Amino acid sequence: MNRLRRFFRSPEAIAGALILALLMMMALAAPLLFPGDPQAIAGPALLPPFQDWPLPLGTDRLGRDVLAELFHGARTSLAVGLAAAAAALLIGAVVGTSAGFAGGLVDEVLMRITDAFQTVPSFLLALAFVSIVGPSLGVVVAAIALGAWTGPARVARAEVLSIRERDYVAGARVIGMHPLEIAFREVLPNALPPVLALSSVIVAAAILTEAALSFLGLGDPNRVTWGGMIAEGRTVLRTAPFLSIVPGVALVLTVLGVYLAGEGVVESTAVRRSLS
Amino acid sequence: MTRGLALLRRRLVGSAFVLLIVVIGSFLLLEAAPGDAVDAYIVSTGGDAGMIELLRHRWGLDQSELTRLANYLWALLHLDLGQSVTFSRPIREIILERLPTTLILMGSATALSFGLGSALGIYAGARPGSFRDRFLSIGSLALYAVPGFWLGLVLIVVFAVDLRWLPIGGIETIASGKTGLARAADIATHLVLPVSALGFIYLALYLRMMRAGMAEAWRQDFVLAARARGLSRRRIVLAHVARNALLPLVTMLGLQSAQMLGGSVVIESVFAVPGLGRLAQEAVAGRDTPLLLGIILVSAVLVVVINLLVDLAYAFLDPRVGASEAGA
Repeated sequence: MNRLRRFFRSPEAIAGALILALLMMMALAAPLLFPGDPQAIAGPALLPPFQDWPLPLGTDRLGRDVLAELFHGARTSLAVGLAAAAAALLIGAVVGTSAGFAGGLVDEVLMRITDAFQTVPSFLLALAFVSIVGPSLGVVVAAIALGAWTGPARVARAEVLSIRERDYVAGARVIGMHPLEIAFREVLPNALPPVLALSSVIVAAAILTEAALSFLGLGDPNRVTWGGMIAEGRTVLRTAPFLSIVPGVALVLTVLGVYLAGEGVVESTAVRRSLS
Repeated sequence: MTRGLALLRRRLVGSAFVLLIVVIGSFLLLEAAPGDAVDAYIVSTGGDAGMIELLRHRWGLDQSELTRLANYLWALLHLDLGQSVTFSRPIREIILERLPTTLILMGSATALSFGLGSALGIYAGARPGSFRDRFLSIGSLALYAVPGFWLGLVLIVVFAVDLRWLPIGGIETIASGKTGLARAADIATHLVLPVSALGFIYLALYLRMMRAGMAEAWRQDFVLAARARGLSRRRIVLAHVARNALLPLVTMLGLQSAQMLGGSVVIESVFAVPGLGRLAQEAVAGRDTPLLLGIILVSAVLVVVINLLVDLAYAFLDPRVGASEAGA
């Protein structure tokens, strides 16, 4: 409980938590407040915001309700961000633990592969992957995770290298536990905290990458995305800049919320560590 | 100098392995893509089944996967990246044409984010915990949360559409007939917005790293010693605290290069800058997988080279680095 109180002492962390809570509510409420297809035509095209009560944020080039798209876009951003980050952390933790625990040739090969993934610009990799496999939500998640697992893998490996020399690992060996069981049941859980500390940065990067992919037209065509909305608005940038501005502000706030909340969590645990 | 050479040799061997893995990875992606080079060729030229058969045989596409991988590697060793489907030209030629633009864009954006970021980082880190420190930390975080393509669009709306100060896109005024300095100035004005969009996003990284390094350095004994010697605060900040925090930023420069390359894809698309990034988008739009993978390979080589240069610079700046290798 102490940690929670410490988290809420920092105004930045509170702001981050509030933004994320709002976003969660938007994502959860989207199908209730705006049932039906957000991509359906709801009114006259290019209606400016704050003109018509039922369409508070106006409509886009095709007459779609911007507010409904914004709410449904929150779902996509959040889902892709969280799923891609979870996948990246999982791959990273498994690769890092295997490399660190096995050592030798396995370590060498896995780390060179990690190097190779870090050498290729992750956005280009995601671009190539989506364009070859074809855009759908799952593919986008996989493409983003493909470029994001290297950081967690390095951190996990470094942590495992120090943990595997501890006495309890030696103890597990002595009682005849299988090496795989030691690696994934004894070592990995203890190596996780520093890996999880990376999660806010990874979620934020995943949301931004998803937005950039859909901006370039490589998002799931059956889903509303903020990046796709910005790309749509771009065609009428001169006459209706708000169509690009509004989803962009939503993106900035979301990513900022993730950063601030993440920093709050790391700081509240770091203080605890330095006190103990 | 031997120190630098030893480091270089070790790094070159490691980089060769890494690039080999990248090549194998891109070969696998190429295999996974629907259709092959012959399909693409036939689409643009036309031909019957006999022709397809003949071409498959002549281009070695009817052989086993391992042979094809060997052929692919052999071609790459001769710097042959294959033929582009959409442009009907050798991929190497197209990439070499587009590369300089991207290098200028990346170089300027890196200079902007490194220069301004570290300067603001010194300003914030001079007094850790002060109001300006907090303000700059949060402000830079907000900037880091901005999607690059969106910042680009906002800059276009403000500076090109509303104020009409700067051109909306492209790399130079088309058919202006400008030469020499006038042309350079023209290109520079076209690059102001894309460089700002790309550079401002990554500014936060350098700012925060500098700030964190300085906050750390303030606690060290040598700062206490400098204070005891009665040095001015300004001198302590610049010559002692900031100087010690600067070194890790150089490493960041190399690590960031891959990010910058990825970021330039969207920025170049937004501003219609004819560079490598826009080429990647054109390759995606034209379903030109060989071209896309060629771009990825060239980017990987570029990132490796930049990191080698950064490592050498680091060894030059910090005499402790690589000292063990020189003795070996």
